[in-house]
Amino acid sequence: MEYNIEDVDAIINQWGPKPASLLQIMLDINHRYHYLPRESMQRVSERLKMPISQVYGVANFFKVFSLTPRGRYVMHVCTGTACHVKGGPKIIERLQSELNLMPGETSEDLMFTLETVNCVGACAAAPVVVVGETTYSEVTPSKVTSVVKALKEEV
Amino acid sequence: MRLNSVRDLEVLREQINEKRKSIRKRIRICGGPGCHSGGGAHLREAFQKLLDDKGVSQEYQVVETGCHGFCARGPIVVIEPANIFYERVKDDRVPEIFEKTVLGDELVDDLLYVFPETGEKIVRERDIPFYAGQERIIFNDTGLNWSTEIDDYISRGGYSALAKVLAGMKPLEVIEEVKLSGLRGRGGGGFPAGVKWESCSKAHGDIKYVICNADEGDPGAYMDRALLEGNPHQVIEGMIIGAYAIGAKEGYIYCRYEYPVAVKNGLRALEQAKNYGLLGENILGTPFGVDIFITRGAGAFVCGESTALMASLEGKIGEPRGKHIHTVEKGLWHRPSNLNNVETWASVPQIINNGGKWFASIGTERSKGTKIFSVVGKINNPGLVEVAMGTPLRKIVYDIGGGIPGGKAFKAVQTGGPSGGCVPESLIDLAVDFEKLKQAGSMMGSGGMIILDEDTCMVDVARYFLTFLVQESCGKCVPCRVGVKRMYEIVDRMCSGLAVPSDIDELERLGSTMQEAALCGLGKSAPNPVLSTLQYFRHEYEAHVNDKCCPAKVCKPLIHYEIDTEKCTGCGVCRRKCPESAIIGEKRECHCIDDELCVRCGICIESCKFGAIYIE
Repeated sequence: MEYNIEDVDAIINQWGPKPASLLQIMLDINHRYHYLPRESMQRVSERLKMPISQVYGVANFFKVFSLTPRGRYVMHVCTGTACHVKGGPKIIERLQSELNLMPGETSEDLMFTLETVNCVGACAAAPVVVVGETTYSEVTPSKVTSVVKALKEEV
Repeated sequence: MRLNSVRDLEVLREQINEKRKSIRKRIRICGGPGCHSGGGAHLREAFQKLLDDKGVSQEYQVVETGCHGFCARGPIVVIEPANIFYERVKDDRVPEIFEKTVLGDELVDDLLYVFPETGEKIVRERDIPFYAGQERIIFNDTGLNWSTEIDDYISRGGYSALAKVLAGMKPLEVIEEVKLSGLRGRGGGGFPAGVKWESCSKAHGDIKYVICNADEGDPGAYMDRALLEGNPHQVIEGMIIGAYAIGAKEGYIYCRYEYPVAVKNGLRALEQAKNYGLLGENILGTPFGVDIFITRGAGAFVCGESTALMASLEGKIGEPRGKHIHTVEKGLWHRPSNLNNVETWASVPQIINNGGKWFASIGTERSKGTKIFSVVGKINNPGLVEVAMGTPLRKIVYDIGGGIPGGKAFKAVQTGGPSGGCVPESLIDLAVDFEKLKQAGSMMGSGGMIILDEDTCMVDVARYFLTFLVQESCGKCVPCRVGVKRMYEIVDRMCSGLAVPSDIDELERLGSTMQEAALCGLGKSAPNPVLSTLQYFRHEYEAHVNDKCCPAKVCKPLIHYEIDTEKCTGCGVCRRKCPESAIIGEKRECHCIDDELCVRCGICIESCKFGAIYIE
């Protein structure tokens, strides 16, 4: 999605241009573009009358935000304790080799991003991988291979 | 419709219950995180479609409830009024259940719970040992509640505690009741809630806040998610009562970004409460008013710490501050703020309705009431379990949890998340409460219980938590920022077979320094996972350091893959699957693994049909 100043303004207006809204505004922008475009942070800084360093600081501090474009499918591999003891590290390894990405990286064609997340709260179904709104439960390395295959075919 | 008095609320409750009388059966679909991801996402629609097609949606009702807790057997469907419990229900079984049990009175035999030891089939939900062993007070309503409908909550007595408070209790009386209950914060610290409320109510300032900490960051714990998603009104009612007691006019729920459904259901619940006049000005026609908002976090563990959470609410970086002045005096925007977590707030309505004395009659001397635990990991019945404080660990792991899968031995239970520790098998009869866990070198935390079996390497577990803490340390104070990094490096060396004997002492020294010198609770407790595993599993550390071996066969640099010459048939499947071409061998002859090339990915073990590959 192309950056559009009107969209960003609409998000800011929805929450009100006040410092307390900063995190919520940034979350919505990040959700819309899958990352925080540089221009959007400048706009937020102007409208909230806040130094850009503070906006950038918050963007850097919280794990949800990305400063670079991310893939169409963000593969969130849960690294909660239950997922860890039930084989989570093997899932990450398999995805690393399937997608040829390290955690945090995005493929050049902007199809896939590999991310780890510290617990998604589906611990009884461990290990889990979350893609968009779908949670894959009790995944195994081979199951994750077929998920990636299916996603690639969807395109 | 706005409710202008306590009487209005009672009339509404009667009306709802009157309308319910025409419903013959109610189908409860569990919408909890376990069931939803396990294939239950479309069950409600499937039942609803059948109801509509037959034109019987007046007589039968299908609802999506909060988590039932028995996530191991999800997706769960329960049919009221007989409370017939069906487990592992897939979409294709819906027509059969509908014909037999909903329209008719027959059972679908193969979907019933089977008691593993006797093979006996159990029909009713409460007779299943998983539920029978629990004492469900706070979490009971979640599995009954239609998560998105306020009327459903009201029908079972919802908001009656608020009505009781507004109709005749003074704020001080409410605080006294909570103090009497002995309720302690369920988020980790275990500070007495009533005492906190009292301090906040006495603090100077016209504007005060109540805050709900729904930034459930401890990996392995999800009871707050289940409560907020499944029964948001129970939490909101608790907060409104708290606001009344303290004198707050505004409240915030700070919810993790990773829990989008909790945010969605919470928002919907707030809107419904506002429409009924249970939030906003003049609640139930009284002069008292409070507004509550929901705010999303953005993926920072440290924001579960109260001062960091408040900084984040103000739009700042979520860094904690020193607590020379408590947040009940100066918290959010430097005003008195009372923060409790989801489970604590959710306990309040019951305490008001049944009295503090009743709550205090459950539990142990200093830990009152019940606690919801998320019992997960290497356990047969992973799920959410509510038991009285002081329940023996053995009962939780074996009677309720169903023991360890695959005949493996129980090794330890990790409690308290990254701030907690491991309780070993020798303490299996520990009566779990705040004090006993602390004495054992661990802590209650928010109630995560990750069961570890003999295949779990304790040094690897310690490294896991240090990896977590290296990522999540906010970086403000040196002891935590540098300390966890150094500890991680040492433990990583151990797992890689590169450690030197002095490393164990070094770990202990670093750990005790951090406990003394770190700024916030996260940093002070960060060494706990290492220190408690060192306390009980020192021999495993020594094996890694001195013998360069991993007794649990987990740490890759310390293990080798081997092929059993007796079992290998030379089928060649592993050779073809190996991504590193590390397996060599002729057709129909025993294969072998080149240890230099092998990356221990486990693909060969997974693909071998004969179980011929093992770890040495």
